[in-house]
Amino acid sequence: MTSELTRLTLAEARDALAKGDFSARELTEAHVSAMEAARDLNSFIVETPEKALEGADEADKRRAKGEARTLEGLPLAIKDLFCTRDVQTTAGSRILEGFAPPYESTVTQKLWDDGALMLGKTNLDEFAMGSSNMTSYYGGVENPWKREGDNHKLVPGGSSGGSATAVAGRLALGATGTDTGGSIRQPAAFTGITGMKPTYGRCSRWGIVAFASSLDQAGPMARSVRDCALLLRSMCGHDPKDSTSVDMPVPDFEAALTGDVRGLRVGIPKEYRVDGMSEEIDSLWQQGIDWLKAAGAEVHDISLPHTQYALPTYYIIAPAEASSNLARYDGVRYGQRGEGYDNLEQMYEATRGTGFGDEVKRRLLIGTYVLSAGYYDAYYNKARQVRSLIAQDFTKAYEAVDVILTPTAPSAAFAMGDKMDDPVAMYLNDVFTVPASLAGLPGVSLPAGLSSDGLPLGLQLLGRPFDEETVLRSAGVLEEAAAFTAEPASLS
Amino acid sequence: MSVDKDTVAHIAKLARLRMDPEKTEAMAGELSQILGWIEQLQEVDTEGVAPMTSVAQMKLPLREDEVTDGGYPEDVLRNAPESLQGFYVVPKVVE
Repeated sequence: MTSELTRLTLAEARDALAKGDFSARELTEAHVSAMEAARDLNSFIVETPEKALEGADEADKRRAKGEARTLEGLPLAIKDLFCTRDVQTTAGSRILEGFAPPYESTVTQKLWDDGALMLGKTNLDEFAMGSSNMTSYYGGVENPWKREGDNHKLVPGGSSGGSATAVAGRLALGATGTDTGGSIRQPAAFTGITGMKPTYGRCSRWGIVAFASSLDQAGPMARSVRDCALLLRSMCGHDPKDSTSVDMPVPDFEAALTGDVRGLRVGIPKEYRVDGMSEEIDSLWQQGIDWLKAAGAEVHDISLPHTQYALPTYYIIAPAEASSNLARYDGVRYGQRGEGYDNLEQMYEATRGTGFGDEVKRRLLIGTYVLSAGYYDAYYNKARQVRSLIAQDFTKAYEAVDVILTPTAPSAAFAMGDKMDDPVAMYLNDVFTVPASLAGLPGVSLPAGLSSDGLPLGLQLLGRPFDEETVLRSAGVLEEAAAFTAEPASLS
Repeated sequence: MSVDKDTVAHIAKLARLRMDPEKTEAMAGELSQILGWIEQLQEVDTEGVAPMTSVAQMKLPLREDEVTDGGYPEDVLRNAPESLQGFYVVPKVVE
């Protein structure tokens, strides 16, 4: 019974709770047990089982009174980048060890207001800077999947690696992630789940630990397109506390899943056929094209000419914004204070020198460098100009097509420890996800097939600004065609 | 573009990061590699292109300048490494 409950999708669990097949208490207990049994994956930094179970009892009472809300009694995992009142929030960094926020992020508050429950806070790359989850101060997360006949531990991708593992390993029905350059979509692809980054401005950033403010966006991770639609509806909405949060109505995203893509114009960008992309990723992409054609969509070749410049642009803009955002960690107001200082300046240096890990330091140095006198125009302004060109590429493309189909990542999950000594090779993981981040567009990754050694591979769909509905509708059709039912090694 | 370890030490100072002297050399190599890779942007023709300030095409919202929150100093101070009588405590800055 227990494992049956953790294998339900969020929507199935919602419907079964409504029918009274089981209680929120039983559902939550099953997930708490699964979470505790899977501790060696290192998916969670903090577990909050008492909070979840207490909430489950409340949910059962509400339902009995006929007052159940849309996510009533559904247990979720929360990326440890979302501030949660009185529950430690670390951003995967030593510098925030012990930090218990006195407030709740808008996105998590909206989930609780709709009745969802928190199982715990999930591990991530430090300050969301990474594509492997290996930069967390709290240790790397293990992907629940393994290559066939090979016992090597694999990374779940990053930065939302703990959330991806919690969902793929059936420890939570769904999770929150954040995506700055691909941090929802790439780990979703590596762990065989579905993850969506909505349009920049859809979800409030208030209470989410900031990395690169012009790019950061929250989104759902779950085991189906419908589940993502459900979670997204709760997470979105205008928030006066975030000046970039848009004031527009939130659609019923689940209602967008009509299964009908007849006449939909799908763009295939030729620049995404990058050198060194594996044969199997290429054929999966072709398979995706064939599936959409078979469902009645029209497929068009398109060009996004500045694609190759997206990654270097991102690695100027994101570190520049990070170097400014992370200036707040000074050992004065919250978090850890370093040791061995005689004055205030030395205290700052000691705090930040010991509190931040190597990847964060690398990006803070790059960011400080590109913003410093003499380099600001050559690097930072140049990158902002190229960013405009990348956004214009998409605007032009969307005159001829409604959605764009690409692979999510250039490879399947790699082994823990790989690429750690080559920052640029690590950055190349995000080659297909970064352009849409720079343009602020909505994108979804869904599992579409397996590699020759049995690992999940993802396809990505990108849409027009604020047209999550078309993205989800197309994703629903691909999901049905792909019929992805493979399960990770951790479940067998 | 390559940076040497003196440049790294200088940027680290600007970023208020205490760097291990033995790590400065390795970091100089890594930063040079990253900056060398970023250099390819110089080949893009950006003549007359406006730098992007925000992806969201919206007017910055304005609000009344008034106090809407506050009144709980204990909450604000409770995560401070050191506090005293409603203040944050830092090393002495004025003799």
